[in-house]
Amino acid sequence: MSTHSSSSSSPLKMYFAVFFALLVGTGLTVFAATLDLGRFNAAVALGIATVKATLVALFFMHVWHASEKLTKLVVIGALFFLLLLLGLTMTDYATRLWS
Amino acid sequence: MPDSTIVGLHHEEQHHPELLHHFADPQQQRDASSLGMWVFLATEIMFFGGLFCAYLIYRRWYFGDFAAASKTISMPLGATNTAVLICSSLTVVLAVWAAQTARRTLLLGSLAITMLLGVTFLGIKGIEYRDKFVEHHVPGASFSFENEPVPGHPGQYANPHHAQIFFSLYFVMTGLHALHMIIGLGIFLWLLMMAWKGRFTPEYHTPVEIGGLYWHFVDIVWIYLFPLLYLIDRHP
Repeated sequence: MSTHSSSSSSPLKMYFAVFFALLVGTGLTVFAATLDLGRFNAAVALGIATVKATLVALFFMHVWHASEKLTKLVVIGALFFLLLLLGLTMTDYATRLWS
Repeated sequence: MPDSTIVGLHHEEQHHPELLHHFADPQQQRDASSLGMWVFLATEIMFFGGLFCAYLIYRRWYFGDFAAASKTISMPLGATNTAVLICSSLTVVLAVWAAQTARRTLLLGSLAITMLLGVTFLGIKGIEYRDKFVEHHVPGASFSFENEPVPGHPGQYANPHHAQIFFSLYFVMTGLHALHMIIGLGIFLWLLMMAWKGRFTPEYHTPVEIGGLYWHFVDIVWIYLFPLLYLIDRHP
């Protein structure tokens, strides 16, 4: 918080830049969905969504500028356990038909 | 060290009325609140994470049926709702900034517009749900999904049982998200009332920040729901 208020007196420019990036990202996802990318459709959609979510977390939720290290640890920890849940489950389901 | 202990214990003369006595300064109090909110959001991530996990498993198994079902949801309504939520996230950061810099009109306006956008989102969601009821796409006794073509596979039709799983996930995930929006609207109504009474100052505006974190989190959930539910296989 302290670095936030002292280093940049007006973060408005950054807020609007992120806002427009999010709108562009939404347009991009809709456009990408109309293309036939085969099995990469899902990867592209999830990639764009992850970029948008990261922008919201870093700049709108102030994870980048104005948070304690402990807050960052909680965020990273939550993502780690989410990836553990999704990663281990999907590696199980994706490989059941092998053998 | 002894100096700081004394300062920590005896500074009642000049400290802010909202500063609780077990915190050293407003900064520490704000960081503690923010940390607490992030711990709560971590539990929310796992809560929605379980649903996303279920979704991913069934989508892998029944991809064609999911794509056919996804095509019957209105993409323009979903895209509009995404834009509405992004606009509301902007008004939320403006509200937090207005509270930090003591701009009362901007704070009240941003909070009110955020609520208006939230209600708009729920209204559009309602139109979408109504369409699903009319088309008998709501899981249950009257569910019907006959002769719906699988995209990319001419002559193939979706299995209604598998499509019903898609719509179950659709209603649970968007319904739970909508419930979070309704709770968010309640929080923002309270923030608006407190802001109207002039409770927030550059020294103390933690509730606006914490409420903002919640609102942004709900926005992030939607950022993932939109492509996963509405855009599975849209190419012609």
